Amino acid sequence: MSVQEVLPLNGVATGQAGQFRADHLLVAEMVKPGSKVLDVGCGDGDLLQLLETRGIDGRGIELSREGVNRCVAKGLAVVQGDADTDLVNYPDDAFDYVILSQTLQATRQPRVVLENLLRIGRHAIVSFPNFGFWKMRLQLLIGGHMPRTENLPATWYDTANIHFCTIKDFVQLCDEINVKMERSVALDLYGRPVPLNLPWWVWNMFGEQGVFLLSRGGGK
Amino acid sequence: MGSVTSIPSPAISADDRSHEVDHPSSQVAHFGADQPLRLDCGIDLTPFQIAYQTYGELNADRSNAILICHALTGDQHVANVHPVTGKPGWWETLVGPGRPLDPQHYFIICANVIGGCMGSTGPASINPATGKVWGLDFPVITIPDMVRAQAMLIDRLGIDTLFAVVGGSMGGMQVLQWTAAYPSRVFSALAIACSTRHSAQNIAFHELGRQAVMADPDWHNGGYADRGIHPHRGLAVARMAAHITYLSDAALHRKFGRRMQDRELPTFSFDADFQVESYLRYQGSSFVERFDANAYLYLTRAMDYFDIAADHGGVLAKAFAGIKTRFCVVSFTSDWLFPTSESRALVHALNASSARVSFAEIETDRGHDAFLLDVPEFFDISRAFLHSAGKARGLTSRDG
Repeated sequence: MSVQEVLPLNGVATGQAGQFRADHLLVAEMVKPGSKVLDVGCGDGDLLQLLETRGIDGRGIELSREGVNRCVAKGLAVVQGDADTDLVNYPDDAFDYVILSQTLQATRQPRVVLENLLRIGRHAIVSFPNFGFWKMRLQLLIGGHMPRTENLPATWYDTANIHFCTIKDFVQLCDEINVKMERSVALDLYGRPVPLNLPWWVWNMFGEQGVFLLSRGGGK
Repeated sequence: MGSVTSIPSPAISADDRSHEVDHPSSQVAHFGADQPLRLDCGIDLTPFQIAYQTYGELNADRSNAILICHALTGDQHVANVHPVTGKPGWWETLVGPGRPLDPQHYFIICANVIGGCMGSTGPASINPATGKVWGLDFPVITIPDMVRAQAMLIDRLGIDTLFAVVGGSMGGMQVLQWTAAYPSRVFSALAIACSTRHSAQNIAFHELGRQAVMADPDWHNGGYADRGIHPHRGLAVARMAAHITYLSDAALHRKFGRRMQDRELPTFSFDADFQVESYLRYQGSSFVERFDANAYLYLTRAMDYFDIAADHGGVLAKAFAGIKTRFCVVSFTSDWLFPTSESRALVHALNASSARVSFAEIETDRGHDAFLLDVPEFFDISRAFLHSAGKARGLTSRDG
């Protein structure tokens, strides 16, 4: 896999940096200005609002009715829908980028969803919590219970996250379905990129979440 | 016993109603022989007139015009006192100073539909060829016919592109027809509680209503006007049946439950013992004061025929291919007349066309009628959608 250099967050004003989530800022920086973007699982529309400030034509899908209505009330082009069932309605190449931010682990069929992302969009940007993060491992190893963190506080019996994976698992899936990783970034607990010169297993250990810019691989 | 078991006679005479048909208390655009309205049934309607209301001022670059399309039994009196009933405008919850559609920011137009009975040419109008009321000689009209007539009015007003077309129910159908027929003339579209085609169940309800009208002996095969009468009993029953479809079980239960009307015990008769009966009778009798029975037949028929996909080779997405219009689709959870599934099908087609679309389903127990009522979440969404579209359109209004 190719791991490119982590670039500074160009184009994001310092004033904005505080009000937006670290992974959102990173995602926004991966999207070329002026492009057309679909945000799958767009929540309250924070990322779409950030993208709009960068002149990006953003659309969203959100599962929860409350989330959709809050987005629409912000003037965003968001529809109520389910990543597992509604992506099939979108035509091929409809978007430059399709973003799946912190949602992959909540889908019923992550592999099918990932394939759809790269059918609808020429690029996909996927971020997810890394279950290989050291705090997770420690809780399972020492505590003997399913891990819970600040960002994933739900208990095992009421979590919406049914398909957790590690960064290593995700990389394997991408290889399996012939997805090219154009850029990969692991963010630590404080939203800072894990230094690039460290070996891959360190990422999988110290990355609290992974953010990947993907494109369709060449034919195998 | 007879007097209490039937629906009360209308308080307003047929004369008051028929006066509005030909001489409406609003602006009127006349279209002469040089500008016929080409109808889907193949007939050129000429001459004809369109009665319309406007609120606010058209700006210098003519970019702030909003067309409101009214529903089946609505009319052009959106935000002013109704000339027949004396009641407030039917959409004053949405339209007015400080409201999402604010005349301080927008030039708001609403026209009575072709086939209606509040001043636009319809079956209750005088047929100039005979000097008598059209009645069933009036050609059958469609939703596309209504929209074609509105486009002629918009031309007459010197407006090229509408900033927004807004409507609920049959009005929403017209909104969608506008975007399918004149995509470049509609900058944004707010389609509420509607569908791209009338369902079998909805056609069935309309047929029930029409049969109620036609079963009234005063209907006289549509020729009641010449006899100076009106089939108000049949029309009232049609309205009562339709009104039930606009509500929901939960709303009826909350509003009336099984409560009695001004009595403690059942009368063991067919009097209106229950509040819900009394309410429905009132709805029926007040409706016939302002609406023409034949117009009800024609407009329900127009809705029945509506099917945008059928006009585009059966593929709905083709109707919106390459469209630049910004859409906002709104449905209500308890609306079983135009359920959310219908809106979702529309949204899927718009997605397949890569159209810019927002879609919100609003939680309410008030049924289809919710779009006419005070539902703050609906207003927030309408306001934000128009505000966002206004920014994209370069409208400089403060908060419109």
